[in-house]
Amino acid sequence: MSFIGLHNLDDFAYGAAFMGTGGGGDPYLGKLFIRQALLEHGQPTIMDLADVSDEAKIFCVAMMGAPTILIEKMFSMEDLDLAVRSLENKLGYKADIIIPAEIGGVNATVPVAYAAYRGLPVLNADGMGRAFPSLEMVTFNIGGVSCTPMSLANEHGETKVIETVTTLEAEQASRPIITEWGGSGMISLYPMTGKQAKETAVAGTLSLAVGIGKAIREGNERNDAIESLLRYLRTTDYFKHCAVVFEGKIVDLTRKTQKGWNVGFCHLQALEDPNDRMEVIFQNEHLVAYRNGRVATIVPDLIAIVDSETAEPIATEALRYGQRVKVIGTSAAPIMRSPEALKVFGPKCFGLDEPFVPIEQLVQTRE
Amino acid sequence: MSNYRIGVDVGGTNTDAALMLEDEVVATQKMPTTSDVSSGIIAAIKSVFEQSSVTPDMIKCVMIGTTHFTNAFVERKNLLPVGIIRIAEPAAKGVPPLIDWPEDFRNVIGTHIHSLQGGYNYDGSINSELDEPALYEVAGKLKARDIKTVAITGLFSSVNDKMEQRAAQIIHSVLPKCSVTLSSSIGKMGLLERENAAIMNASLAVLSKHVVQSFKAALKALRISAPFFISQNDGTLMSADYVEKYPVLTFASGPTNSMRGAAYLSGLKDAIVADIGGTTTDIGVLSGGFPRESAVSVDIGGVRTNFRMPDIFAIGLGGGSIVKTNPISIGPQSVGYELSHEALVFGGETLTASDIAVASGYANFGDKAKVNHLDKAKIKAAVEHIHSILAEGVDRMKTSAKPVPLILVGGGSVLIHNEIPGISEVIIPKNADVANAIGASIAQIGGETDRVYSYEDLGRDKSIEMAISQAKKVAINAGAEPEGIEVTDMEELPIPYMPGEAVRLKVKVAGHLNIGSMS
Repeated sequence: MSFIGLHNLDDFAYGAAFMGTGGGGDPYLGKLFIRQALLEHGQPTIMDLADVSDEAKIFCVAMMGAPTILIEKMFSMEDLDLAVRSLENKLGYKADIIIPAEIGGVNATVPVAYAAYRGLPVLNADGMGRAFPSLEMVTFNIGGVSCTPMSLANEHGETKVIETVTTLEAEQASRPIITEWGGSGMISLYPMTGKQAKETAVAGTLSLAVGIGKAIREGNERNDAIESLLRYLRTTDYFKHCAVVFEGKIVDLTRKTQKGWNVGFCHLQALEDPNDRMEVIFQNEHLVAYRNGRVATIVPDLIAIVDSETAEPIATEALRYGQRVKVIGTSAAPIMRSPEALKVFGPKCFGLDEPFVPIEQLVQTRE
Repeated sequence: MSNYRIGVDVGGTNTDAALMLEDEVVATQKMPTTSDVSSGIIAAIKSVFEQSSVTPDMIKCVMIGTTHFTNAFVERKNLLPVGIIRIAEPAAKGVPPLIDWPEDFRNVIGTHIHSLQGGYNYDGSINSELDEPALYEVAGKLKARDIKTVAITGLFSSVNDKMEQRAAQIIHSVLPKCSVTLSSSIGKMGLLERENAAIMNASLAVLSKHVVQSFKAALKALRISAPFFISQNDGTLMSADYVEKYPVLTFASGPTNSMRGAAYLSGLKDAIVADIGGTTTDIGVLSGGFPRESAVSVDIGGVRTNFRMPDIFAIGLGGGSIVKTNPISIGPQSVGYELSHEALVFGGETLTASDIAVASGYANFGDKAKVNHLDKAKIKAAVEHIHSILAEGVDRMKTSAKPVPLILVGGGSVLIHNEIPGISEVIIPKNADVANAIGASIAQIGGETDRVYSYEDLGRDKSIEMAISQAKKVAINAGAEPEGIEVTDMEELPIPYMPGEAVRLKVKVAGHLNIGSMS
């Protein structure tokens, strides 16, 4: 199977941006990376989770660092290859299959591009069905797969291999390296078997990204992008609980950097009623949306801010005062809402006091 | 004290002039744009002098808006092959220059692409030293190929431009007459978009000299010795010397001028504006007297940029739109600038939207007898079709169901007569046909600052206050009236992994030109 090609790269990138929930970097750049790889190496095989043998050797690949750095430094497949080769050297075996860690943003496109470059299949699955800012925030970790050994590489040809007991330690060990390298690097991590992938990964998410992008594109052709997107989401297993939780314009934006994270507060106001307000808090990704002080959607459920007409997902760094937007909330994959999962990326992990409540219990999500 | 000024709009089809005294429109004139640019300007300005008996020595200032550079770029006309130099290796290798440009552009702009070692990190520290010997080698190659213009883009040059400056010195030492565009002087963060803007700008290097010279020659021939300015895409003014170096900054100044002109002429600050030309209608939204800006990256001629541009929806409806009656269709094909002899009412043989407006009786120009033979029912159907095309475009730009006023400007505003659904009232202000030129004449003087503040030391409010007052100083020095300077754009970019909550603060302000101080 090979359903991501030059003809639908835009769909894939748009869908990945939606699932990036404001974070994960500029999908346009991700699209350029894939296109270059497809032009040079052809389409990669995309493999369903069910078709993977238990013994298959699977590696995660990703870009690590701030999106604001990425739009300058970008990177090349050679840099990523260096990271994968150094992990292979450490482990003494080669990767059979590549899997994305996150389907949101640029890191959805990096593994597809790399699979094409390396001539390996890529799994139609990832570790969250969205984007998250930290290495431990993946279902692989929750399912007991070790994050390390993990390799890092930069554009100067430097590599590092990290081995730690916990994933938190891996995060703490890798972050200073990335900072020293100027804020970005390429990584390969969570080496796992086919059996482990089948037990822990979020299945079908590459297809989902393509489907979301296609729904937005086709909706724009008919001038009903938002409706088209919602109609599609309702047909999916994971995102079927979905709603426009607010519609209005951005009236204030404050951002600050805390411990390397871009934390921000986006205030929206309804066009018709200035007293009807929403506050969206983001830390790289959107975490929680309050409508007039009440939670409307909260992490790990997905919050996307999109252009009110075209449904184009807007990344947190592209939010601007005065933009007319709609805020869309959707349910996360069931595996993401388990008590074990919430311990790793529930509201508390981001310093929020509110408990997780599924979106379908917070707002009207039916048509 | 006579503070006369002249606004000029040099469009693809028409050159318009508006003579202004303070807030009054004294005289206006529309003339065809000429291939040499200057004779069209001369003709239009001469006419406003004749109409008003104002003499050239009474003019304090001339403001010119032009779509010339945008059109040249989009139509791939008069562009130069560019020496493209990127200084970023070993970073950014995966995304080479011109990667996403349309093929035909690449053929015009050329394949002189050179990627070198060098560049900075986000904090301005060196990521890789500039490879000077390699740059000398590149300069030699460009010389051998007779390249006349170069675009230089360095990694994180918007934070630190020293390597770009050094590279320009080296290029000039080998190619003294070569025009050099540094990406740091026109773009912000985002290597690819900044590089695209620099390459676009470099490709216009000879045309910009030519056009600015034409402007100067026109004013000289008219014996106008007052300073002249050219408007840029954010509605503020640039000096002629600046435009010669950075023509790319005029991109999209046309829609900005027409919308600012519409606000001025109608007295409204919040409305939809439709600028109906000969071939297309540009629809935009006025918010607080300024055009609403596009939330997404803007493609120009198929090339991605990160300029801030007005949010414009263009539809294929204009005075020259070709009308077919069986079945009914209007545009997007148009007779364009040949309207004045192709339309039926002007003795031509093509049924246009203008003919429909005359035939149905609500417009009055040309020879009405020439459209008397048209079938009444078909005219009615065509009128309804014209209105429904506009209504649909307007609806796409509206942000709520609430009815809003619609301001019509441009020569094609005569096409609209009936009510438009979702619109509270349709306003066609006096002088609507020269709204562009009037928009140029009221363009403001801008000021900008861009530096890093520590929110931990100063706090957010104090930092913003300091940045705004610095930007105001810049604007006042450039000729703005101190009273009434407003903040038009503010961008806060926290710099991750840096101590003290470091934030890069970019502030833009704009104020009225202090015309009394002009000599």
